[in-house]
Amino acid sequence: MEIKVLKDVLSANDRIALENRRLLDKKGVLAINVMASPGAGKTSVILQTISGLKNEISVGVIEGDVQSRIDADRIAQENVPVYQINTGGECHLDANMVKRALKEIPLDDIDILFIENIGNLICTAEFKIGTHKNLVIASVPEGHDKPLKYPLMFTVADVILVNKIDLLPYSNFDTQAYRKAVKGLNDKVEVIEISCATGHGIDKWLGWVKKQAKNMDMDK
Amino acid sequence: MHELAITQGLVDLVLDHAKRAGAKKVLKINVVAGELSGYVDECMQFYYEQLSKGTIAEEARLSFKRIPTQGRCRECNKEFVIADMNWICPDCNSSNVQLVKGMELFVESIEVD
Repeated sequence: MEIKVLKDVLSANDRIALENRRLLDKKGVLAINVMASPGAGKTSVILQTISGLKNEISVGVIEGDVQSRIDADRIAQENVPVYQINTGGECHLDANMVKRALKEIPLDDIDILFIENIGNLICTAEFKIGTHKNLVIASVPEGHDKPLKYPLMFTVADVILVNKIDLLPYSNFDTQAYRKAVKGLNDKVEVIEISCATGHGIDKWLGWVKKQAKNMDMDK
Repeated sequence: MHELAITQGLVDLVLDHAKRAGAKKVLKINVVAGELSGYVDECMQFYYEQLSKGTIAEEARLSFKRIPTQGRCRECNKEFVIADMNWICPDCNSSNVQLVKGMELFVESIEVD
């Protein structure tokens, strides 16, 4: 006997992701899924963003790592609410891990929640966690061919930060080829070149964040 | 590593549907997988054997139907298969191409006793 199923393999995960989204919507919190390779600068971007939005927008952070509290400790020094998830081996966050973590974050006190995913360009793109926007951080030393090697990640991105742009003179990274590859996959995505070391482009990035937070307010 | 979590989702889904149908044994699982869904058949098969052990689905055969990556040109509406990640419309040469197929990963049906 054949039974029709017609259900996504990740449908259980997607259902919990939808619950997470509804909770965030109810609390009026904009949630951003931060994805990148290891070492691209996820935590540095979050730290720059916290300091740039200080006095304007309250930020909370969920840190995802396979092991350790190193990143959460760095964030905690900024006096913002932070919760560390250790996946203990899994290479991505899933909706259920985030659901548990959301209980540990004072959602009534924050406007934006950054969820730093595991450093990985593959499966982090496949597991929905309930966030509103996908931020992908690339960096110059990784090379400009990454969009073509990891197409799904660049297809799901709402905004891409190209970090470490100050290293351009020491690299053969081709910004035009990069933009062309990205736009081919995803014509709506915004690409912003930044450097967490020099501060280049950070204002433009903060502008994007503020715009999204404002849109969220209007939807409330 | 992510095949483990994906395969766990697959096993849960299959067992849920099989039990609801009152099945004694799952013989075959028909999976539809887009080229961009990013998993490896052999890897999924390996995890499947581990994760389904001791269940009514432990002897089921996994059958994969591959869906090629497909795009639609936003300029001229042409739909075409994207080979070798070449996101250029074959008719009008535009690179303004929307992804329409290739990301899916779902269970189409199961065959049970």
